[in-house]
Amino acid sequence: MSEAQTFIKPTKLTIDGVEIVVEAGTSVLQAAEQAGKEIPRFCFHDRLSVAANCRMCLVEVEKAPKPVASCAFPVGEGMVVKTDSPLVRKARRGVMEFLLINHPLDCPICDQGGECDLQDQAMAYGADHTRYHENKRTVRDKDLGPLVKTNMTRCIQCSRCIRFSTEIAGVPELGGTSRGEMMEITTYVEKALTSELSGNLVDICPVGALTSKPYAYHARPWELKKTDSIDVLDAVGTNIRVDARGPQVMRVLPRLNEDINEEWMADKSRHSIDGLMRRRLDKPWLRLAGKLQPATWPEAFQAIATRLAGVPGGRIGALAGDLADAESMLALKDLMAALGSENIDCRQGGARFNTSRRDYYLFNTTIAGIEQADAILLIGTNPRHEAPILNARIRKRWLMNRLPVGVIGSATDLTYPSTILGDGAAALDGLADGSHDFAKVLAKAERPMIVIGEAALAGADGAALLAAAWSLAGKVGGLGADWHGFNVLHRAAARVGALDLGFLPGEGGQDWQGMVRGGVDLLWLLGADEFDAAQISPETFVIYQGHHGDRGAARADVVLPGAAYTEKSGTYVNMEGRVQRTALAVFPPGEAKEDWRILRAFSAVIGKTLPYDTLEALRTRLVEVNPVFGTIGSFRRMATGDAGGPTAPAAGGMRTEHFAPAITDYYQTDPISRASPTMRVCTETYSAPLMQAAE
Amino acid sequence: MLKDHDRIFTNLYGQHDWHLDGARAQGDWDGTADLLARGRDAIVNEIKASGLRGRGGAGFPAGLKWSFMPKDRGNKPAYLLVNCDESEPGTCKDREILRFHPHKLVEGCLVAGFAMGATAAYCYIRGEYYNEYVHLQTAVEEAYTAGLLGPDACGSGYAFDVFVHRGAGAYICGEETALIESLEGKKGMPRSKPPFPAAMGLYGCPSTVTNCETVAVAPTIMRRGAKWFAGFGRDKNQGTKLFCISGHVNRPCTVEESMSVPLRELIEVHAGGVRGGWDNLLAVIPGGVSVPMITKEMAETALMDFDSLREFRSGLGTGAVIVMDKSTDVIKAIARISAFYKHESCGQCTPCREGTGWMMRIMNRMVEGRAEVEEIDMLDQMSRQIEGHTICALGDAAAWPIQGLIRHFRPVLEERIAQYKRDLLAKRPPMPMPIAAE
Amino acid sequence: MSETSIAAAAEPTSFAFDPLSDEQIAIILKRYPPGRQASAVIPVLYVVQKQMGRLTGSAWVPRVAMDAVAALLEMPPIRVYEVATFYLMFNTKPIGRFHLQVCTTTPCWLRGSDDVVAACKRATGIQHMGETSVDGLFTMTEVECLGACVNAPMMQINDDYYEDLDGPRTEALLAAFRRGETPPIGSTIGREGSMSVGGPTTLTDEAALWNPEHYAAERRARAEAEAAAAAAAAAPPPAAPPPAGE
Repeated sequence: MSEAQTFIKPTKLTIDGVEIVVEAGTSVLQAAEQAGKEIPRFCFHDRLSVAANCRMCLVEVEKAPKPVASCAFPVGEGMVVKTDSPLVRKARRGVMEFLLINHPLDCPICDQGGECDLQDQAMAYGADHTRYHENKRTVRDKDLGPLVKTNMTRCIQCSRCIRFSTEIAGVPELGGTSRGEMMEITTYVEKALTSELSGNLVDICPVGALTSKPYAYHARPWELKKTDSIDVLDAVGTNIRVDARGPQVMRVLPRLNEDINEEWMADKSRHSIDGLMRRRLDKPWLRLAGKLQPATWPEAFQAIATRLAGVPGGRIGALAGDLADAESMLALKDLMAALGSENIDCRQGGARFNTSRRDYYLFNTTIAGIEQADAILLIGTNPRHEAPILNARIRKRWLMNRLPVGVIGSATDLTYPSTILGDGAAALDGLADGSHDFAKVLAKAERPMIVIGEAALAGADGAALLAAAWSLAGKVGGLGADWHGFNVLHRAAARVGALDLGFLPGEGGQDWQGMVRGGVDLLWLLGADEFDAAQISPETFVIYQGHHGDRGAARADVVLPGAAYTEKSGTYVNMEGRVQRTALAVFPPGEAKEDWRILRAFSAVIGKTLPYDTLEALRTRLVEVNPVFGTIGSFRRMATGDAGGPTAPAAGGMRTEHFAPAITDYYQTDPISRASPTMRVCTETYSAPLMQAAE
Repeated sequence: MLKDHDRIFTNLYGQHDWHLDGARAQGDWDGTADLLARGRDAIVNEIKASGLRGRGGAGFPAGLKWSFMPKDRGNKPAYLLVNCDESEPGTCKDREILRFHPHKLVEGCLVAGFAMGATAAYCYIRGEYYNEYVHLQTAVEEAYTAGLLGPDACGSGYAFDVFVHRGAGAYICGEETALIESLEGKKGMPRSKPPFPAAMGLYGCPSTVTNCETVAVAPTIMRRGAKWFAGFGRDKNQGTKLFCISGHVNRPCTVEESMSVPLRELIEVHAGGVRGGWDNLLAVIPGGVSVPMITKEMAETALMDFDSLREFRSGLGTGAVIVMDKSTDVIKAIARISAFYKHESCGQCTPCREGTGWMMRIMNRMVEGRAEVEEIDMLDQMSRQIEGHTICALGDAAAWPIQGLIRHFRPVLEERIAQYKRDLLAKRPPMPMPIAAE
Repeated sequence: MSETSIAAAAEPTSFAFDPLSDEQIAIILKRYPPGRQASAVIPVLYVVQKQMGRLTGSAWVPRVAMDAVAALLEMPPIRVYEVATFYLMFNTKPIGRFHLQVCTTTPCWLRGSDDVVAACKRATGIQHMGETSVDGLFTMTEVECLGACVNAPMMQINDDYYEDLDGPRTEALLAAFRRGETPPIGSTIGREGSMSVGGPTTLTDEAALWNPEHYAAERRARAEAEAAAAAAAAAPPPAAPPPAGE
């Protein structure tokens, strides 16, 4: 705590003999934390409402007739608090005994074992024997869906899960039915929780009542090697910790980052990891006589080199996929340049970005910045599926100030109330000319946000819509000196990095569609799977470099096995423009290699050796290409000195049909999640019934 | 002894008409506008001067409580919440007010509500009191029709509404914050305090929760004066009070008496004495089951007021006297109370949720004697592990009856355990003589 | 309503409020401020339970009805499930036509609630608490104190209290229900309210009971006293008293 800290209303109190000044309204528990005193707790959680029901955080407050629950007790001027007096210890020992009487003694077979709050606190406050000689309570387990396993006999009724699902996830489906010692945590209707954040229930459960279903009985925490990294299954850039045992990623947990994911994580990011062990490309493959056959690296490179010979640069192309790291994309770009090709593209899905200025394609408000917004317009995006963590931030803001949210797109439950303004581009006209009611809402807002997604940018009028959205943001006062309210919501982790690199068609170069539809003779796919590979002209020779035997590999003539995000150190730029890096937690399987090395090695085979031998050298080159890549750890929000917007193309009107959702099945969006058995079960549980209902 | 002229509840047994006309004939709704015209502060001061203490059990000075409501609440509504969720075993006084004196309560709502600047009153009535609810609802409608409530209540210019809300079977909703939660359409789980209801109560608005009897006596106190009311009972224990005498008495009844009336007199004069005579008395629970019992010796000198019963480490509670004669299995009587608390614990906080069930199970074993003598001390200790560590007072209430039992009847508990062991030995076949190893 | 067998009353697949219920709900909703309609959850659940009793002979709250309540009050269904299971007056399973809610808490137990329970079992054939008689007429539930302790032992049958019971009177009461009669509610020994058996010990002096005339007289007296005091204050101070001892 810095000396210069200022308080709106300072309150001075004494905690265990130490005087401390905190803001009025702070709880005694938080004040104690600021004073460096740890207070045990089960029900209290920083990001949830205060329940004060576990009674573990009791402290002694002078003049109070009995111990008080420090989590719910506000500080008072001159208050004298004791957090470790004999009275306090006795009270906590009493509470601990009550918590344990009906708690099963199954720690040896409990997945929470080793990272259990109850276990830890029992070491401090538990007795060495029990005085409880009655029968222990058993509680029937509940079905909360494919991700959360329940063992409700272990539940200590702290109600964190109820509060999480109601408050953070915005799916009020969990509750406590019945009462007294018969109270049970349940959905009552035995139905899977309809949340993309349900895996967080496992993290917040202080005991082993809610554990991870896919991870059940797989590993003990002390067996795991922990590596801090970044998630790439959406464009949020969630900070994660990869827990691996030997060659296998056993689980992924969120890591605290207040600016991005706080301490949450989306289900796909958490639970796709079993896809990392399936359908993996672990050796090179060559198509011989119409059939893919295993090959060696030299054979694979030679096959490409042979096919490449004599092909002019204009007939060679490369596509970067959604999970590609910046290093390999730059290497591929440099390779294409060396081959004389301008045919490169990163826009699977065909969104019409404008890269003439960086804030034309970033989420400029930033994720944390959402907490300052007072109105939001979502154009062609469903953040609940495209970026669940970002959506949770909008919900958090909505809980603070009930901000109005307008949606241009199809009606869907975003977990907070929203107004559907139309389902296509036409609705934007009414907002632009101010005739629509929501235009007034936006105009009245001091810090409005305009968010445009890939569903809107993907059409022929994408550029026009982008320009219209920018102009609307300016019109409603969203482009002020200290507020950037224009946002592009990306859904692919690779995208912003690719745009920063300029992985786009050069002068006269072909775009994605041109290349696929026979515009090139040789097409290099860097993990590009998000399009119908059958569209690729039969004459085109396809090289697929990536980690999964997915759509691209199935069409390929040569397959080069690469590394997944847990197997390499790669740079990714999230939708805010924040540069972050993954780390190697396990090695790529078999003969698979880090992707930039593959490209570097191939360049040498054809005599066009790329000028970097080490990752460091490549990263130096990255910063040369765009200094942005040198900003790891020093992210700065975009300033809006210049409100001048992207230009709209002169020709072509707005499309009349409605925006197609960018994601139809949240659980199946990339090669990893498509290879994941867990995600398949999620699809069967959540998405399939919806899709059937829609038909 | 209180004279009939000084009784507030003149229709306690329903001998008279409880409707508006009958109530008026008994002096209700008589010059109510004049009472209000004295002003908010005057009413609060009068109630303070009368010495009226809350009749729901805690005995907090009523006038002081009413004065906690913010003077300036802007456009925010403020609520008087009348606690008619009478559920404390032994207590059935509010029931008589609800069914035979509903107009005293409705008028009390207006007077008390006005005094605290409330915009409306909600009477939270226990769900089982269906017929009582019908009476109160009828009285409210009669009052509206007669212009006694509504935008210009009694012609005073003060706008005031009264609504009746039924609970649905949960003792805990008699706890003030649980009552508020329940009224908001949630489970009746007590809230942590602070914030107190006067700052943030129903719907986040300033609210005061007050017992039915406290509200119902307010208009009479205003009419007859603080001095009159304060003339009954001892200092700090003034006024008249409804007492319910149940259990092993010859003629159980509810009666209005002066505070500080001797317990023995109450039992002998109004309830026809202890079954089998005073000497057949074993113990008395003087204020509803949440207060510890007192012995016959104590009952001989105890006065029915807050301070006297506190001296006997018990309490006046709701003024519900439960008499037990010598035929009573006192362990079972308390075990049943433990079962009550286990059943009524809301389950929110740990010590109460887990502790009430544990205590009940031990108590059930104690009834049989299937326990160890050490467990008596353990039980007492455990009750103190609950007491004072919970969100609301239900944990305390569950602890006290057991503490009272152990305090006064430990030999009975010990003897029951010894008897069980004797019986067990008697039933067991004789042990075969040990045979030396071959 | 011809079928009283609760075995037949399985969880229905749908629930809709009937016109009478709609009418009651409209009145209930007026008691709470706009936007606070969740407050009506308990009263509306009662409406459901009554309607089920009216239409099927079994007053209970099926899950589909809880969903209907949630939709009506714009609450998440789980919040209604919580309420319906927390408050024990809502029957979440079908019950018999007559719900015998026998109080066995200490004040009733002291005065013989065991006999009442035994009589109920004899009269209905029910073996355990919570069960329904074979004929579907009676369900017996053990309840906690019903707040009529001075009239113990007692039980509640549907909405009504029957007090001052003993074994034989309980059996007679249930026989009357079985015959289709509606016995008078309240005390089964004919005492008025909660007055002492054999006559009240208080409120016997009718003339002394407080009434408006007393108030008028008191107010007059008070006014006169005040006037006198005011007059005394306004009048010149009285001459010094004559010296004593004269």
